[in-house]
Amino acid sequence: MNVARPLSGAAAIAGIGATEFSKNSGRSELRLACEAVLAAVADAGLKPSDVDGLVTFTADTNSEIHVARSTGIGELTFFSRVGYGGGAACGTLQQAAMAVATGAAEVVVCYRAFNERSGERYGLGQAERPMDTSADRAAYAWMTPYGLNTPAQWVAMFARRYMHEYGATSEDFGRVAVVDRRHAAVNPAAWFYGRPITLEEHQASRWIAEPLHLLDCCQETDGGQALVVVSAERARDLPHPPAVVRAAAQGSGADQHMMTSYYRPSISGIPEMGLVGRQLYRQSGLGPDDVDAAILYDHFTPLVLPQLEELGFCGTGEAKDFIADGHLELGGRLPFNTHGGQLGEAYLHGMNGVAEAVRLVRGTSVNQPDDVRNVIVTAGTGVPTSGLLLGADG
Amino acid sequence: MSAAYEDRLRAFVGREIHPLRPGQDPVNVPMIRHWVEAMEDDNPIYLDEEAARATGRDGVVAPASMAQAWVMRGYAATAAAKGGGGPADELTDLLAEGGYTSVVATDSEFEFHRELVPGDHVAAREVVESISPEKATALGAGRFITSLRTYHDQDGEIVAVQRWRILRFRPKPKPQKPREPEERPEGTAAERPEERAPRPQPAINRDNAFWFEAARERRLLIQRCAACRTLRHPPGPCCPECGSFEWDTVRASGDAHVYSFVVNHHPRHPAFDYPLIVAVVELAEGTRLITNLVGVTPEEVEIDMPVVLDWVDAGPESSLPVFRPVAQEGQ
Ligand SMILES: [Zn+2]
Repeated sequence: MNVARPLSGAAAIAGIGATEFSKNSGRSELRLACEAVLAAVADAGLKPSDVDGLVTFTADTNSEIHVARSTGIGELTFFSRVGYGGGAACGTLQQAAMAVATGAAEVVVCYRAFNERSGERYGLGQAERPMDTSADRAAYAWMTPYGLNTPAQWVAMFARRYMHEYGATSEDFGRVAVVDRRHAAVNPAAWFYGRPITLEEHQASRWIAEPLHLLDCCQETDGGQALVVVSAERARDLPHPPAVVRAAAQGSGADQHMMTSYYRPSISGIPEMGLVGRQLYRQSGLGPDDVDAAILYDHFTPLVLPQLEELGFCGTGEAKDFIADGHLELGGRLPFNTHGGQLGEAYLHGMNGVAEAVRLVRGTSVNQPDDVRNVIVTAGTGVPTSGLLLGADG
Repeated sequence: MSAAYEDRLRAFVGREIHPLRPGQDPVNVPMIRHWVEAMEDDNPIYLDEEAARATGRDGVVAPASMAQAWVMRGYAATAAAKGGGGPADELTDLLAEGGYTSVVATDSEFEFHRELVPGDHVAAREVVESISPEKATALGAGRFITSLRTYHDQDGEIVAVQRWRILRFRPKPKPQKPREPEERPEGTAAERPEERAPRPQPAINRDNAFWFEAARERRLLIQRCAACRTLRHPPGPCCPECGSFEWDTVRASGDAHVYSFVVNHHPRHPAFDYPLIVAVVELAEGTRLITNLVGVTPEEVEIDMPVVLDWVDAGPESSLPVFRPVAQEGQ
């Protein structure tokens, strides 16, 4: 263990498992969670009774106790939740890695399961949620009376300002969608398997919240995804090559709001993601040049651009050129969302992206680039967020 | 509107449009019982003989407000096709000819002469008292029709008089009722007021109530730290600059510029017209605010465009600050 950087290299992701990704699972969210957890445990070559830790999102409806008793996990010594919607994704893995590194637990499963398409759809917005006097609910008082209700609308406000400051266009956002859909088109697990799009189709798709077209927006998905974290040492004895957690971090910026941090001096960056990135590089001792592929949170395409800037892959305001130059493609500088992202594969609140990063490290992605050693993964943008740097062993 | 049309309308003033017609049933206890149960009126004088006599009455009486109920023509007649061709229908047709095809009741004043008791048989007649010139209303241009209904008992004595006013108006063009929300045609608020749902209401708590209370009085406030004088929005209990919990407010000048904006198309909320412009404006005082832009089309909005404060009614008890382009001020 590195004393200065105790987390780096201590833990690894040894198993991944998911349900199918659909628009109507026909099953309970708890059942989706159990299916995903059991699949991940099996993938790791372990038994449910080996698991002693569970981590999920505060947004998840499936409490650890229900998952544990249903799957035969039994006793738990560690259970934890991470808040802020999709910002939690990599944070769950950070919780698990810290638990394993400190001995709080030995086998921790992170999971997320929901019927987000057939059940409660986030895309429909916050206008008519029940009233209460909490600060979280009162925060919506500044937006919903004006009809600013949905994630797409919240992101559109950032996107417009970004375009104004850096000269980016809707086509620059569209290129992100095209890459996602190109990668999804060859991924049998993706909802949009076999259905790539062109930039012209992106431009022709209807407005959702200008400057966002329909094809700038991720899907809504029913499904579950789980990942198994053990110590790096133990992972070496399990069936798959370990995806070593080189770094894991969370970040909440100054004057942070939920997708509406419009009151900062500048709103064209994502400072909480910059904070995550700096920690990832410091913990791992790696830099942007060491990163071979990226799974960047893509609920809406515009916020992929400032992520590339915050994480040091290009200069501020230069992401549009970085993308236009083909650097996100297979064979480019930074192959991106090789599973198809949340636009192309599924919207699993970022957890399917973590699983794809594991496949990239294992060398088993359907869009496997050559020579991948380190993969960066990010969680939800516009919210308090998190990130991971996963690497090959040795 | 032609003079001839005005004359034809005027000819209805003073005319009996419903001749004296008795109700289908005499005043009776079962109908009274249904009425007071539905109205949750537990005054005992309507159903309890003894209680009624204790008030000096001869026995139970009908609620005064049931006067109209005794002469209603009943479900079958109401549901049946229009017709009869009587003077009331003639007036309706004449108003429709003038484009006044929609109707809304505006007020009803009753004067009761005596209480009705079981066994009374009520009849009513209606005479047009006045027809107003065309007036501009929020619903559209229209005419107020005032008529006098008199309610008589079986002996011809007047038991109640009702002055009844309706607005017959020309509806403003409105979009067709859509099948799918996303297929709704786009229109402006004033064009379909009857479809207007209230805006989503803000969740009020101890930290933000002052702001919404001031907004109700059409004052836009900015919270200010009482110790270091730093302005902050959205408001909160504590100053992030100096940690003070003491605060007061300043009233915003209303001058601002557009910092960013979105044009919402989908999903639609029934309180708003689409495309809907939502903006973050930066006030002259330096704080920013989420708001709507009015008096401007989406194509005309630009970042940095100067805007000025205006207000919209957001419900019976609330007003919200919105902003319009400076150039439109005073228009
Ligand atoms: Zn202060």
